[in-house]
Amino acid sequence: MTIELITEQGASQIDLKPEDCPLMVRGMTVSYGQKPVVFSVDLTVHQESMTAIIGPNGAGKSTLLKAALGIVKPLAGRTFVYGNSLAKQRHRIAYVPQRASVDWDFPTRVIDVVLMGLYRELGLLGRVRKSHEAKAIACLERVGMVDFADRQIGQLSGGQQQRVFLARALAQGADLYLLDEPFAGVDAATEKAIINVLKGLKAEGKTVVAVHHDLTTVAEYFDRVFMINTRKIAEGSVEEAFTSENLSKAYGGRLATGQIDQLDLAAV
Amino acid sequence: MIGEEFVALSLTPLLIGVFSAIACALPGNFLVLRKQALIGDAISHVVLPGIVVAFLLTGVVAAWPMMIGAAAASVVAVVLIEAVRRLGRIEPGAAMGLVFTTMFAAGVLVLEQTDTSSVHLDVEHALYGNLESLIWLDAMGWHSLFDPAALSGLPSELPRIAITLICVSLFTWVFWRPLKLSTFDEGFAQTMGLPTGLIGLALVIVAAVAAVAAFDAVGSIIVIAMFICPPAAARLMTNQLERQIAWSVLFAIVSAVLGYVLAGYGPLWLGSQNAVSAAGMIATVSGVILALTAIFGPCRTRLGAPST
Amino acid sequence: MIRDALLLQLGYNATLVTIGATFLGVAAGVTGTFLFLRKRALVSDAISHATLPGVGLAFMLMVALGGDGRSLPGLLLGSAISAGIGLLCVSWLTRRTRLAEDAAIGAVLSVFFGFGIVLLTIIQTMSAGRAAGLEGFLLGSTAGMLRNDALVIAVGGALTLALVVLLRRPMGLVAFDAEFAAASGVNVQRIDLAIMGLAMAVTVVGLKIVGLILIVAMLIIPPVTARFWTDRTDHMALISGLCGGLSAWVGAALSATAPALPTGPVIVLASFALFAVSLFFAPNRGVMAAVLRQLRFQRRVHMRQGLLALAQSQPIYERFTLKLLRRAGLAHADGVATTAGRARAAKALRDEKRWELVRADQAFESAAALYDGLREIETVLTQDQIAEIDQRIGGPKGALV
Repeated sequence: MTIELITEQGASQIDLKPEDCPLMVRGMTVSYGQKPVVFSVDLTVHQESMTAIIGPNGAGKSTLLKAALGIVKPLAGRTFVYGNSLAKQRHRIAYVPQRASVDWDFPTRVIDVVLMGLYRELGLLGRVRKSHEAKAIACLERVGMVDFADRQIGQLSGGQQQRVFLARALAQGADLYLLDEPFAGVDAATEKAIINVLKGLKAEGKTVVAVHHDLTTVAEYFDRVFMINTRKIAEGSVEEAFTSENLSKAYGGRLATGQIDQLDLAAV
Repeated sequence: MIGEEFVALSLTPLLIGVFSAIACALPGNFLVLRKQALIGDAISHVVLPGIVVAFLLTGVVAAWPMMIGAAAASVVAVVLIEAVRRLGRIEPGAAMGLVFTTMFAAGVLVLEQTDTSSVHLDVEHALYGNLESLIWLDAMGWHSLFDPAALSGLPSELPRIAITLICVSLFTWVFWRPLKLSTFDEGFAQTMGLPTGLIGLALVIVAAVAAVAAFDAVGSIIVIAMFICPPAAARLMTNQLERQIAWSVLFAIVSAVLGYVLAGYGPLWLGSQNAVSAAGMIATVSGVILALTAIFGPCRTRLGAPST
Repeated sequence: MIRDALLLQLGYNATLVTIGATFLGVAAGVTGTFLFLRKRALVSDAISHATLPGVGLAFMLMVALGGDGRSLPGLLLGSAISAGIGLLCVSWLTRRTRLAEDAAIGAVLSVFFGFGIVLLTIIQTMSAGRAAGLEGFLLGSTAGMLRNDALVIAVGGALTLALVVLLRRPMGLVAFDAEFAAASGVNVQRIDLAIMGLAMAVTVVGLKIVGLILIVAMLIIPPVTARFWTDRTDHMALISGLCGGLSAWVGAALSATAPALPTGPVIVLASFALFAVSLFFAPNRGVMAAVLRQLRFQRRVHMRQGLLALAQSQPIYERFTLKLLRRAGLAHADGVATTAGRARAAKALRDEKRWELVRADQAFESAAALYDGLREIETVLTQDQIAEIDQRIGGPKGALV
């Protein structure tokens, strides 16, 4: 029995070594109180891919990301970043948190937020030089927010706030970009701007992982899918993994069959 | 001559008041932005038990053991608050209230139980300080500032609070970026490898040191006004953290100077002979400044949706 | 002596104060429960510190009107008015400016207190103030209390308690679920105001016994204690009232036995003792219970993860997992399964597969909701249902793709 099951449960991942991929998570379990929200999850992110982490509400998508980044403490599990421990490879990671996770009433300007992405470069007391500001402006340019550089962050719309966060991540100059619900509650123009930036990153050879909630755009935006509902449900290219069978496994009764049919499924 | 009298009687309390106010306002800015303003409340209440225990252990009323005792009490309080919050899953406000009232009660009880009547250690003094008594009797005028013999007679509180102010300013300057980033976006700060928990604890310890140093002069309750009022008023004046800090320092100085002057000379103008509590007046002035900024401050209202 | 005190045998005044304190303790415990559940415990800190200028002004006013200024009802009235103004300032600052509630509370409590100190220093220089003893309001003092004052406290305590009992239902409703309460026609704002008003009443009545700095403890510690023992609002209010009453009674009685035992601190420390016991030994939410549960839980998680890894012949990266498996005789040191381990692993994997089907099938939705990676499938499904699922899996040799 065990033999058959091995082939069934994603045998292809076993060949990959931690050093072959930007991000590898093994046996990750996170629980709030006595209830695991992520249970024994293995995630393998391929080089130069755009991976969507999808699953129903409360399925542990954001928690998995945060645990992989060490923001929440897992009960068990290891994270490898480019085959190394997280601590050694932090400089290669850029993170875009959920918009709602910060206080937008904080007294600071857009440009200051982007400069926060350069803090590692600046160190404790390094002076902000013209070159740093130019870099921050260039990042704002890429997300179409250059005109807002001197605005107070509280004055921005939701979409604009999200773009500022993305600009800050760009400023980090990382190889692996992890985004937590970058498209949640943003306008169409912002969504387009963000996805163009992300596709640009991929074209540059970077790797992108995003927690995503809109099933209708998965196939259009991403090339790989990681499906989670406390456990890993499926993982692979959009064609392999984004199937109606897997979707009904992940969403159970929460996603009516009719809805699944409407999705632009690559392989059914 | 007026200079003589001023240097001897008013210069040192004025400087001590100003230094205390600034030393408290600097960390206060971050406490207010982190919605931890009441940590200042908790710290200032546990200074009393810290001092009492230090006195019991050393048997003398000396500055350094007391400062160490008070700082240790603050750390104990913060650890206990975290422990109650995490272990008991109790909301932070209630955990704070529980810890600092208990420690304060223990301090008062121990104080009553031990015979401290022979030494200068009483609860009222601990609560509202005695700024007016910190005079410089050896001063004969401005030239005393360059006279080593006279300088050695300076009240020891002055160099202490000056050193504290320098340390607090250095801390704020050196750790400006980690403080700002971890206050604004803790999760992001963690992904950059910043030890956010440690930064938070360091901020609390710095605040505690400032509170302890200021405690001599203004007592434990009014320290809270210095932690909260100038930064809160400054927040209503600007939307930029750098400028907020500058405003808070300005407000702290104005509160201290105006409060001291009003306490000392206000009653005279009203025809009374006796001065009122300078520390109390400083708190009152800082409250008036906050009220004015709350009514007229250019950035007094929220821009976006109310943060919860 | 202590026995006499607890049994109210220490004279008329001490008895009145003890009874008043006990009533007050119960009222504070119940009122504090609602403050705590509304997450506004520290608002009481602003209320209590804001009483000081009222005490001072009332004293000055009474002296100006020719009285001696020490009439307790007058002072308490003054304290209530200034506490009310302090409360209004807190809510105004929170609503009208961008300041958060904690900053508003801190600002109000320190500024009002500072102003109160200014007034006290003025009173000290007034001729009538020499023996005013207003400092007693800072830390409470029941020594040398007049008979009338003791009566005021006993009656005040009883009245506050009566009010709390009267208002407990709507307050409980609002504290538990404000939106539902609003939807069912309760005026939430007014009830919130009533909770604050009661907290103020407790503060004012307790001022003379406990003092304004420690009265907060009577409103905060008992509800926190009660939270450990129950999850129900009404039980919590009851337990909190009991804790509050008990600690106030013990505290007031004990402090009557010796001069160096100030009432306020003794009450607070008694209350804290109850809390400490609850924190560690409460059956469900207590620390000991939680630690044991967490350890067991962590073991279960590691064990199960280890079994699944064994079943799929994956490497085990976590040392703790491997240690558990080895200790249970399920794996060798190199991470290879023993015979027993293989059997257990197969069962774990099979259960996973069963769960997968259950969770994908709408017919099992309620069972699927219980999935957390650890729950044994036998605990949510009947043998028949499991057999049915096994049939769908197709048995050990069946097609699995």
